[in-house]
Amino acid sequence: MGQRDVAGTAGPAVEVSPDPVRGPLAPESDPVRGLLGPESDPARGPLDRESAAWVAALGDPSERVREDACTRLHGVLLRIARSELGRRRGSDTRVTGPELDDLAHQAAADALLAVTRKLPDFRGESRFTTWAYRFVILEVSAKLGRHFWRNPAEALGARDWDRLPDRLGVDPAQEPQWRELAHALRRAVDDVLTDHQRRVFLAVVVDGVPLDALVARWDTNRNAIYKTVFDARRKLRDRLVAQGHLDRKAGER
Amino acid sequence: MNEAAARLDRFLRTDPRDVGCEEAMEVLHIYVDLLTADASAAARFPGVTAHLRACGPCANDFEGLLAAVAG
Repeated sequence: MGQRDVAGTAGPAVEVSPDPVRGPLAPESDPVRGLLGPESDPARGPLDRESAAWVAALGDPSERVREDACTRLHGVLLRIARSELGRRRGSDTRVTGPELDDLAHQAAADALLAVTRKLPDFRGESRFTTWAYRFVILEVSAKLGRHFWRNPAEALGARDWDRLPDRLGVDPAQEPQWRELAHALRRAVDDVLTDHQRRVFLAVVVDGVPLDALVARWDTNRNAIYKTVFDARRKLRDRLVAQGHLDRKAGER
Repeated sequence: MNEAAARLDRFLRTDPRDVGCEEAMEVLHIYVDLLTADASAAARFPGVTAHLRACGPCANDFEGLLAAVAG
C-alpha cells in the first residue's frame, strides 16, 4: 500500500523489507545498542551517557535534583512542541498566534507528566530523549485533533464526493473514467460495508476529517479508526475487483 | 487499468504486513533511532514501515520525531 489514504502527508524515504515478518530487536546486534556507552543499570540495559544522566536525575532521591531535572526536561519538551507545531502549521493545523503557544505549553506539560510516570518502563531501547520526544509529538497530534472542532465550519456528514478525486490525486483529465469508478465505489460503500465501517469510511475518506479529530469526537483511539478504514478499504477493493473495475494482481486470491 | 483506476486501486490496496497505529507508535522511538543510526535498519520493522506508508497521522508523527532528533 503506497498511498497515505487518511491524511495525505508526504511519505518517508524508507525501504520495506521483503520479509513479511516484523523483525524483533536482537539486543546483541542492535545498532542502537552498539552506539551506547557503558552499562549503567543492568535491569534497564546499557544506556548512553546522556540517557543515563536523565534517568538518574529524574529518579534521584533528592527532590531538588528531581525538580531541577523536570524543569530542564520541560524546557526541552516545550522547544520540541513549538518546533513540531511550527512544522505542521499550514499543513494540518489552522492554529495560530497565542493559541499555538498555548497548545505547545499544554503538550509539553502533559508529555512531562507521561515521561515521569512511565520512567520505570524506559528500557533503554532508544536514546532517552527520543523516547521522551515521542510523548510530546503524540501530545501535539492529540491536541490538534481536539482543536479541529473549534472551527465551527467543520462538521461531519458533508459527504462531498466531488472532492475525493483531488484527495486521491486523480487528474481532472481522467474525469470520465473516474465518474464510472466513483459510481461503483459509492454502490460498494452502500452494499458491502457495515454501518460502522460506512460511518467511519465516509468521515475519514469522503468528509476528509483527520483521524485524530475523530478520535477526540468519538472518544476512541487512532488504531480503532485506522483498523476500521483498513478493513473497509479491503472489502471495497474486493468488490471492485470482483466487478471488473480494478485488476486482481498476480498472487492475489 | 486507466490512471483513475490505478489511483483508486493504490488507495484501496492494503498491506498485510501493516501493524496498525498502536504497535507502530509503541516502537516509534526505537524505529527512529535505528533509522538515524543506519537507514537499512528500518527493514527490520517491515510492518512499521508498511504502516507509516499507509497512515498519514502516524507518518506525520514519525516525521516529527525524526525532525526532533535531528534538531
